[in-house]
Amino acid sequence: MEPYRQLDFLQLDDQFTEEELMVRDTVRSWVNERFMPVVMEHWEAGTFPMELAPELGELGVFGPTIPEEYGGAGMSSVTYGLICQELERGDSGLRSFVSVQGSLVMYPIFAYGSEEQKREWLPKLASGEAIGCFGLTEPDFGSNPGGMLTTAKKDGDDWILNGRKMWITNGGVSQIAIVWARAEEGIRGFIVPTDAKGFSAPEQKHKWSLRASMTSELVLEDVRVPASAMLPNVRGLKGPLGCLTQARYGICWGAVGSALACFDEALSYSKERIVFDKPLAGFQIPQKKLADAATDITLGQLLALRVGRMKDAGKMEPHHINMAKRNNCAMSLKTARDLRDVLGANGITLEYHTGRHMCNMESVITYEGTHDIHTLAIGQHLTGLAAFR
Amino acid sequence: MNIVACMKRVPTTELVAKVGADGKHLDASGVQYMVSFYDEIAVEEAVKTKEKHGGEVTVLTLGPSDAAKELRECLAKGADKGVILTDDSWSDRDAHSTAEALKAKIEELGADVVFCGRVATDRDSASVGPMLATMLGWACVTDVVELDLEADKGTAKREADGGIETYAFALPAVITCQKDLNEPRYAGLKGIMAAKKKPIDESPAPAASNQAEVLALELPPARPDGRILGEGAAAVPALIDALRNEAKVL
Repeated sequence: MEPYRQLDFLQLDDQFTEEELMVRDTVRSWVNERFMPVVMEHWEAGTFPMELAPELGELGVFGPTIPEEYGGAGMSSVTYGLICQELERGDSGLRSFVSVQGSLVMYPIFAYGSEEQKREWLPKLASGEAIGCFGLTEPDFGSNPGGMLTTAKKDGDDWILNGRKMWITNGGVSQIAIVWARAEEGIRGFIVPTDAKGFSAPEQKHKWSLRASMTSELVLEDVRVPASAMLPNVRGLKGPLGCLTQARYGICWGAVGSALACFDEALSYSKERIVFDKPLAGFQIPQKKLADAATDITLGQLLALRVGRMKDAGKMEPHHINMAKRNNCAMSLKTARDLRDVLGANGITLEYHTGRHMCNMESVITYEGTHDIHTLAIGQHLTGLAAFR
Repeated sequence: MNIVACMKRVPTTELVAKVGADGKHLDASGVQYMVSFYDEIAVEEAVKTKEKHGGEVTVLTLGPSDAAKELRECLAKGADKGVILTDDSWSDRDAHSTAEALKAKIEELGADVVFCGRVATDRDSASVGPMLATMLGWACVTDVVELDLEADKGTAKREADGGIETYAFALPAVITCQKDLNEPRYAGLKGIMAAKKKPIDESPAPAASNQAEVLALELPPARPDGRILGEGAAAVPALIDALRNEAKVL
């Protein structure tokens, strides 16, 4: 197969700064050279290549929008989006690994943490020396996190945490977990060391999606943490939801990256594959699929770019993210399904990437707000009426 | 140590080359550029030398102002400043004329060591580095795969035909870099941010003094279609006949 060439139908490269393109191209080269050679093996084995975590830290992709004084690179949100796009062009598991670290662990410490918490954790998380996970979802509370059963009770100066979290990316490979729990005063966030007594993270196995990513349960049985472990500057559901807005923003771009990978593969395959004495790409049905995919991807790129520029200008609001996450995940899943057809029987093997992306996108369309929940959030914004219950 | 790395921007490896209307130049429309592969190794060696001995790394290029993009990538990987000798007809220069322009600038910068790629991946002539050393009157070791520098001298191993040669030399010197010399680092995000603040100086290159002129540029002839002579052992006589009488390789 040919080397990866990104679709840029509307010459959107003109819309990025030289610096944004340099970051994108650097991450793209890293993914090509360091990640692509191992992704098939890890996806099949159901493992994440943890040995690459320090390299990701050195590249600077963990929390790149965090200011330099805390170990970040102080970059724009559009740059962060392009990073997510390139990582997910490799695999959704890779982008998830980085999203969780940056948007769901570093972001709450940066936005809601004390100065001591920021100084202690952000540089280590930025370098990859420490890995973190985010515990919000519970076995019975996904779309309705406000119903969570995990509790935080005061005991002198300490807090005692009890409960179970589920579908936690990086759960088993983390040094810290950001755990959201119900206290008397409302929902609060805690930085919980994963070696704390009473904390365990059993792996959730037998997934057929996001296989190159570790997913765990978090079990908290009388886990005692000091008062200094609580994130002091947020209370209530807006804490975790604020983190999810950051992570969902990255997904808007990541989903485009996944679709770009499928498109590039299907296009080059269809031009090389000879059927009935001519390239598959010369037939009308594959051409329709490619034309639909190119159009849908281009619209997704425009959406992500606009939302990114709004975010950098301080104008982005959660309903913009509801639309972009919803649209781009659905676009990416449909694109992967349609283009997998173009690859014929070859498309069911892991030698080709489209099938892997197709399976991954089933998770990505579900986590961080399901497609349907984002639909209702947009509906609520438009009508002023909540249809969740 | 005052360190200079010479860098050339070349068309990206994905380029599907087309000859321009005049039959002498590459058709430049839509061509994307990148740092020549071996020049990346030269820049990396320059940065490693600075990390070991201290000093400053200047990346020097001859080309259009647009080459600032490639220079910026070198700065993001740890070089300290960039210099462009601007010449919009840069691709018309022969190796001699390029080396002469670089020589004048390097004398002005006052380098202890100059790193070049062993060859630029577009023209493939491998001439500028050795010519530059000759003009400067400095030692030159080409195709270096291992290097050990001290304050005023160094030793270098180079790939020779069928073996490895080890040279001792005094500084200043010109080293041309072979691919096994190092593994170029990625420009981290912090490096990319830092590169924004690093200086890139532009000054016009001295007028070209070409000694060789391109008369014609042609693509290699298209490969003829393959031919299937048959299948299995039955096809062997026909294959031997074709190899002996058509390809004349037996």
